[in-house]
Amino acid sequence: MPAGPTQLEGHRVAQALNAALPGIATTATDEWVEVDHARVDEALRWLHDSDEFDAAQLSNLCGVDYHDHFAIVYHLQSLDRNHQVVVKARIADHEQPALPSSYPVYKGALLQEREVFDLMGVHFEGHPDLRRLFLWDGFPGHPLRKDFMGIGEGLTSGLSRFPFENKGNPDRLLNRDNVIQPDEQDVPSDWSGAAPA
Amino acid sequence: MSDAPLQRSNDSAQRRPATPMAQQILDRGSLLDDAKAVPNGLKAAGAVLGLGFLAVNAAIAFIVIDGRLDGEWYDFRDLGNAIARLRAELDDTSAGPWLSYWVTGVIGAVGILSFLGGFLLIGSWIERRLLARFQIRMGPNRVGPFGLLQPLADALKLMQKEVLIPLGADRMLFYLPPILVFIPAMLAWGPVPWAPNMSYLDLNVGLLYVISITSLSVLAIWMAGWASNNHYALLGSMRTVAMMVSYEIPISLSLLVVVLLTGSLNLGDIVAWQADHNIWLGALLPFAMFTFFFSSTAEINRTPNDIAEAESEIVAGFHTEYSGMKAGLFLAVELGNALLVGALLATFFLGGYSMFGLEEWIPPYLILAAKATAGYFAFIWLRATLPRFRIDQLMSFAWKYLIPLSIANVLVVAIEASIAARWDVEGIFIYGSFAIVNLGITAFAVRSWAKVVGYTPDLERPVGTRIAPRIGGLKEAKRIQAGA
Amino acid sequence: MTTSAEPYVLNIGPQHPSTHGVFRIRVVMDGERIQDLDMIVGYLHRSMEKLAEERTYTQNIPFTDRADYLAAMSGNLGLCLAAERLADVEVPERASYLRVIFAELQRIASHAMANGTLVSDAGAWQTPLLYMFREREKILDLFEMTCGARLTTNYMRIGGVAFEPPDEFWPALQELVDELPERISEYEELLTQNEIFVARTRGVGIITPEDAINGSLVGPALRGSGVPWDLRKAEPYCVYDRMDFDVPIGRTGDVYDRFMVRLAETRESVKILRQAIAGIPDGPHKTDIPLALRPEPGEVYGRVEGPRGELGFYLVSDGGPAPYRFHIRAPSLINLSLLREMARGAALSDAVVALGSIDIVVGEIDR
Repeated sequence: MPAGPTQLEGHRVAQALNAALPGIATTATDEWVEVDHARVDEALRWLHDSDEFDAAQLSNLCGVDYHDHFAIVYHLQSLDRNHQVVVKARIADHEQPALPSSYPVYKGALLQEREVFDLMGVHFEGHPDLRRLFLWDGFPGHPLRKDFMGIGEGLTSGLSRFPFENKGNPDRLLNRDNVIQPDEQDVPSDWSGAAPA
Repeated sequence: MSDAPLQRSNDSAQRRPATPMAQQILDRGSLLDDAKAVPNGLKAAGAVLGLGFLAVNAAIAFIVIDGRLDGEWYDFRDLGNAIARLRAELDDTSAGPWLSYWVTGVIGAVGILSFLGGFLLIGSWIERRLLARFQIRMGPNRVGPFGLLQPLADALKLMQKEVLIPLGADRMLFYLPPILVFIPAMLAWGPVPWAPNMSYLDLNVGLLYVISITSLSVLAIWMAGWASNNHYALLGSMRTVAMMVSYEIPISLSLLVVVLLTGSLNLGDIVAWQADHNIWLGALLPFAMFTFFFSSTAEINRTPNDIAEAESEIVAGFHTEYSGMKAGLFLAVELGNALLVGALLATFFLGGYSMFGLEEWIPPYLILAAKATAGYFAFIWLRATLPRFRIDQLMSFAWKYLIPLSIANVLVVAIEASIAARWDVEGIFIYGSFAIVNLGITAFAVRSWAKVVGYTPDLERPVGTRIAPRIGGLKEAKRIQAGA
Repeated sequence: MTTSAEPYVLNIGPQHPSTHGVFRIRVVMDGERIQDLDMIVGYLHRSMEKLAEERTYTQNIPFTDRADYLAAMSGNLGLCLAAERLADVEVPERASYLRVIFAELQRIASHAMANGTLVSDAGAWQTPLLYMFREREKILDLFEMTCGARLTTNYMRIGGVAFEPPDEFWPALQELVDELPERISEYEELLTQNEIFVARTRGVGIITPEDAINGSLVGPALRGSGVPWDLRKAEPYCVYDRMDFDVPIGRTGDVYDRFMVRLAETRESVKILRQAIAGIPDGPHKTDIPLALRPEPGEVYGRVEGPRGELGFYLVSDGGPAPYRFHIRAPSLINLSLLREMARGAALSDAVVALGSIDIVVGEIDR
C-alpha cells in the first residue's frame, strides 16, 4: 500500500470531540469524523487548540456534491505530530447550502472557501470577503454541482462504462494493427452517465 | 542497473554527445575553422590589402616624425586646422564673418550629427549582441550579415506603426517630449573636444553648459509621464524626476573637484591639463570618477538605476503609452546619452583625446571615440550583470552617502590644489603623492561612512540557510531557532 | 485652491512582464506605498475538475501536466500515487526509482525557473535566468528523450511509469549530475553575495512561522520561514525513505531566505539523483493493471512534495471508471492567501519581488 498522510481514526477523534463539545460529532468511520455543519467552526477551533490533535494547518478544504446533500471536507494537518485529522460537514440543504466559515481559525481558508463558494454555491458565514474566485460575478449557476445546467435533463457528469469497452476483447483498447476500427455494432458511445438511482 | 555507479567511457572519439543540445554545441564551428575555410583567392587579396595598409601607415609615420603636418590645414589629425583655414578664407570674402560663421557652424553640426546618427545605428546592434553574449546566447543574427541591418529594420518597423494617443492625453504635451528629450542629447555634444583645435563650442564655461543642458531632459520626461494619462507612466516619471534631481548634486560636486585641480571650466583646457601633466584625472580623483559614473547611470536611466522604466514593475514607465517612432526616439536617446556620458567620462577623467603622446600618431578623435565606446561597453556590462535598486535605496544612496562624501572630497582636493599652486615641486612627485593620498582616503572613507549610514554585516555577508535536523512544525521551528 | 492627496488604483496584469502568467492584481497605492491589494484570478480557468469527472483516471493524467505546467512530473506523480492508493495497486521498485529520478529532475528545472524569474523581477535583465536555463534545457532534453515532450510530459501511469528510458538517457543523466554542483556554486557565487540583490530581497516580504502555518503556506516558502516540514521526509512516498538528503530551512522568512532555500534544495536534489542512479534495480517499469480500472468506492487524499509545496489530490470514487470528485489542492493558490499581508505597507517594487518569491504558476491556481 503506497504511503500517504497518517490519518487518525475517526472514532477516536469523534470520542474526543463529543467529550469536549457534546453532540458535535454525528458519525465517524475509520477515516473521517462527521460533525454538525452548524457548529463546524467550533469543532475546528477545538481541534486546533487541543494538545492531543494539534491541528495546526488546514491542508485542504474541499466540497463534494452528493446529489442530495453537500459535504465539505477538511484535511487538518499537525506538523509537530505528523498526523492528519479528516473532518466532514454534511449540509442537507441542497438549494442554499450554508455553514460557518473557518477563516477565524485558519487564515489559509480564505481562498479555498471562495473557491467552494464559486464552484458549488456553498455560502460561508463569517468569511470577510466571500466573492466568486474564478468566474465572473454574473455567471449563472455553480459549475461543479452535479446538476449544473450544461449537462442536460436528468443526466449528470460521470462515465457509465469505460470508453470502447464493448468492442471485441474488452481488455484491449486497440487491435493488433494499432488501428481503431469503426463501430461494428451500433453501440452508442455515451460519455455522460445517467444519474445513479 | 547494477549497484556500481556508471562508468564513463574515457575514449572521447567514441563518446557521442549525450543530448541534442550538446550536439548543437559541438556542431558550431570555431572562428579558426571559418578562417581556414576562406578560399585562397580571398586570402591573397587580403594579404595584398594588408601590405598596402601597412605601407600607408609607414608613410604616415614618416610624415608625422618629419614634422611636416603640424599646424597645416591638411593635418588630418586635427580637423580644426582645416576649419580654421576655411574660416580665414571666408572671412576675406565680401560676405565677411557672417558667412564663415554659418558655414563652419553647419559643417560642424553636420559632423556631430552624422557621428551621433551613425552611432545610433550601430549602437543598438552592439548593445543587443553584447547583452546576448553576456547571457550565453547569440543576439540578432538574421537581418543582414551578423544581424547588422537589425537597427535599420527596427527603425523602419517603428516608423510604420500606428500613432496611438491615449484618450485623456494632452495632445501637445504628448507630442513634445520625444523631441524635447532629443535636443539636450544633441546639444551636450557641443563642448566636447575631439582634438586640440577641434571642439564645436569652445566655451569658457563648457562644464556648466554640459551640466545644465543635460538637466533639461528631466522636464521632457516629466511631461511624458504626465501627458500619458496613465498611472504607470506617472509613477515612472515621478521616480525619474526625483532620481535625476537628486543625482545632479553629486555630479556637480564631482566635477567641481576637476575644476579645482585644472583651474578651468573649459573642457579643452581640462584635457590639455591632463595631456600636459601626463596624468589622468581618474587616477588622481578615483572617488570623483566613480561618483560621476554612477550618478550618470541615474541621469540617463540605465541599470542599475533604471527604476523609471523598470520593465518588471511598471511595464515601461514614462514611455509606456508611446508607440512607433516616438518610443523609438526615447530608446535612441537612451543610447545617445550613454555614449555622451562615455565621452564626458573620457574627457574629464580619462584624458580625453590625449593618450600620453599617442595622439601625434593616431588622430585624437579616434582615441576619444575609442574611449567613449569603452565607456559605453561598461554601461552595457553593468546592465547585463546587476539587478536594479529600489527607488528609496537610490535616493538614500545619493543624499546620505554620495553627497556628504563628495563634499568631503571637495575639501580634500581644495587643500591639494592650493598645495600644488604654492609649492614648486616636480609635477610627478606632487601629483603622484596626491594620487596615493586620495586613494587611501577614498578607501577608508568609503568603508567607514558606509557603516555610519547603516551598512550592516548582514547586508555584506548575508547568512544562508541551515539544515533542519528533524521534521516538525512550529514547536520544532522554535526549538531549532533557540538551539542554533 | 485646495489640494488633496488621495490614493490611486494601479492595475497590474493580466498582461504584464512579471506576473508569472495571466494573473491580475489591483493595488491601491498612496505614492509608492501599497495600502491594499486585491487579486483577481480565473483568467486561466479551464474547469479541469469538472472535465475530470467524465474521464478515466488514466485520461486525467494529462490534466495534471497542464495544471502546474512547470512541474508536470510532480503533478503526474501525485495523481498516480493517489489513484494507486485508491485502487490498491502495487508499484514495482524500478518504477519507484524512475519516478524519484524524474521528480527530482523536475524539481531542479522548476527551481531554476523560479529563482531565475525572481532575479529578473529584481531587475537583472534576464542574465541569471538564462544562465539557469542552461541546466533546465539539458533536463528538458532528457525529458524529451524519454517521453517525447519537454513540458507536458504525461509520463507516470497508475502502476508505474509509461516508458523505459532509452539507452542514451543514462550517460546524459550522469553527465548532468556531474556538472550540476559546480553550476550551482556558480550561481551562488554570482548572486548570493551580490549587494544589490541582497538589498532588494533582505527584509522584504517577511512571514513569521505562526502566520505561515496558519495561512496554510507550504513548500520552500514555509521552509524559508524556518518551519522544517517536507513531505518527502514526513510521509516518504516512492523510495524517498531510502534516500539520504537534508531539508534546508531559512531563518527570517524573507525573500532572500526563500531564494536560498530553493538554491539549497537544488543541491539536495542532485544528492538524491546520485543515490537513485546508483541504487536503481532491474525490473519492469510498470505493473499490469486492468485497462478499465474501477477502484472500490471510497476516497483518498494523496499528496507529493512538488517544487511549490504540497500538491494534493482528493479523489472520491463511486466504483465507476471515472472519479466522482477530482480536486487538486494547488499550493500556488493557497500560498497566495498571504500576499495581501506581505504587501500592505510595502513599496511596489517590494510587492513584485515578494510575489516572485512565492513562486506561483497560474495554471495551478486556476486549474
